[in-house]
Amino acid sequence: MSTLISILIDGVSYGVVLFVIAVGLSITMGLMRVVNMAHSGFAMMGGFAAAAIVAMGVRFEIATVLAVLIVAAISLPVERLLMRRVYGKSELEQALLTIGLVYIVIAGCNSLFGATVTSLTFPSYVTGPITILGHTAAKYRIVLIGIGSLLALLLWFFLERSDFGLKVRAAVDNAATAQTLGINTSRLYAVAFAAGAGMAALGGVLGSQLMPMEPSYALKYLILVLAVVTVGGLGTIGGTFAAALLLGILDTAAKYLLPEIASTAFYLVMFLVLIVRPQGLFGRTA
Amino acid sequence: MTRIAETAPAAATAGGRSASRIPLLPELVIALVGVAAFYLFPSDLALLARIAIMALFVLSLSLVLGQAGIATLGHTVFLGVGAYAAGLFAMYVHPDPLIGLLAGGAAGGVLAAITGALLLRTHGLTFLMLTIAVAQIAYEVANQASWLTGGDDGLSGYMNTDVLGMFRFDLYSRTAYLYSLAVLVVSYFIIRKIVQSPFGMSIKGIRSDHTRMLALGNNVYLQLLATFSIGGVFAGFAGALTAQTSQVVGLSTLSFSMSGDALIMLIVGGSRRLPGALVGTVVFMVIHHYASAINPYHWQFLIGALLVACVLVLPTGIMGLVDGVWTRLTGRRAPND
Repeated sequence: MSTLISILIDGVSYGVVLFVIAVGLSITMGLMRVVNMAHSGFAMMGGFAAAAIVAMGVRFEIATVLAVLIVAAISLPVERLLMRRVYGKSELEQALLTIGLVYIVIAGCNSLFGATVTSLTFPSYVTGPITILGHTAAKYRIVLIGIGSLLALLLWFFLERSDFGLKVRAAVDNAATAQTLGINTSRLYAVAFAAGAGMAALGGVLGSQLMPMEPSYALKYLILVLAVVTVGGLGTIGGTFAAALLLGILDTAAKYLLPEIASTAFYLVMFLVLIVRPQGLFGRTA
Repeated sequence: MTRIAETAPAAATAGGRSASRIPLLPELVIALVGVAAFYLFPSDLALLARIAIMALFVLSLSLVLGQAGIATLGHTVFLGVGAYAAGLFAMYVHPDPLIGLLAGGAAGGVLAAITGALLLRTHGLTFLMLTIAVAQIAYEVANQASWLTGGDDGLSGYMNTDVLGMFRFDLYSRTAYLYSLAVLVVSYFIIRKIVQSPFGMSIKGIRSDHTRMLALGNNVYLQLLATFSIGGVFAGFAGALTAQTSQVVGLSTLSFSMSGDALIMLIVGGSRRLPGALVGTVVFMVIHHYASAINPYHWQFLIGALLVACVLVLPTGIMGLVDGVWTRLTGRRAPND
């Protein structure tokens, strides 16, 4: 029983971190139909930026906000100058361009921060243990679950209810029609891309105790993030959330119960889901 | 309009003529360059053998990806399976390298046929992710089944007999290099014949317009599956060569970065034309050999910038550039490989 609760807490907290990192990718891939392999690079840049700002003596919370803004600002020219040129090209060209960006980001982070793990110290009120209903867990994990769920709710509400969200959903369904109806899809893409990059940066910062900041981060978690997006279905918030939780819990459970086949189990589930449902669990079009 | 009308018939005749004028021209060039390298760089034969083997692997990817347009990020799984199959074959069945080579090719081909049958029903991103999944599952299985594969330490302790009963694998990699080069040249010939055949035209058609080829009554799925399987066979050959020339099979033959590297070599060299696979491999491996010795991260920066530049500026790679100059000088279109 205690193991089960531990698996749930660890798995769900891991899952919500994956969600925060991946959701921006899901929206932008659904919107622009672009395979972006560099998305985990935004998460890594966020973590490194926050670590650098904290090292200057700035409070963790402020550093996090600054890191998110910095990464969002960096992502704007990336979208405008590079990504825009492969919209409508083949998946392979998109993948190649963004893998190229991953390599550049890795080399850049390595020359700035070194090849080893850069630690990011969290404020004391989220560290240490906490006891809920007689079960002791890491406070960090509980906080992650809280923040992640709140973000998911806010984002869902925003996309369902706001004018901007309506436009995003329209463009995901059919970009050409949305454009004919007077939606400025070009600006929409830029805003969505920056917002997605910012979310990834936030996920990178918050999850840095689970996925430590090192230059190889962008390649190491690339497949994980893409797996969440494809299994969930492109352009769906709910699907991404479900897939992130499913894969997070599954990965954690496998590591607890059958550590020797943990990574096989992860890829096997991804394989089976995509064979049976190529459009993902909640995707509408293949 | 007039330019199209002028060049189209010229290209059709030029392609046919240049192919018939000197038979086996591309293979002769590869063999000559390869033998010249053998005498020019006698102390770098181990590196040259690795380049020849990698060139074969990239060539198999060129068939699958460059000709048929099947975008895969898991091609290394066929290299790895071929390598393990050849190693195990030498250990438990027969130590002859040529039979082992066939065993490696068969293993790669069978796995490609099985996985291709499942995967080729999907497209685009889903297909990309599935190819990654297959390669990663294979990697984990090889890692866990250490009783069979040696796991993290790699598979070793097998010996191959002499090639054709005459050429012993020596310390200076002389046999290793010439053997790999010979397999590369023969494979190049077979792949070139496939690409120039009606079947080759058909898979190029699928790459350009999938829907139209379906409408024309082609069994697109079966043709892609055949291409994928043939690609698996040649990747398996490359794997077998790795196993036989280095006498050890490591997990790196199944790693994601191996697929990535091969893809970069193909794109840099040019994926539309077969020579691009060889040009890209040589350029990549030689720069890598020197640049990564200085600083591995500068190397990564270079590769990243190269990829971005290739996609944005030079999507047809070095061969595209060469063909452009050729067309400018002779007024003829580049040959059909």
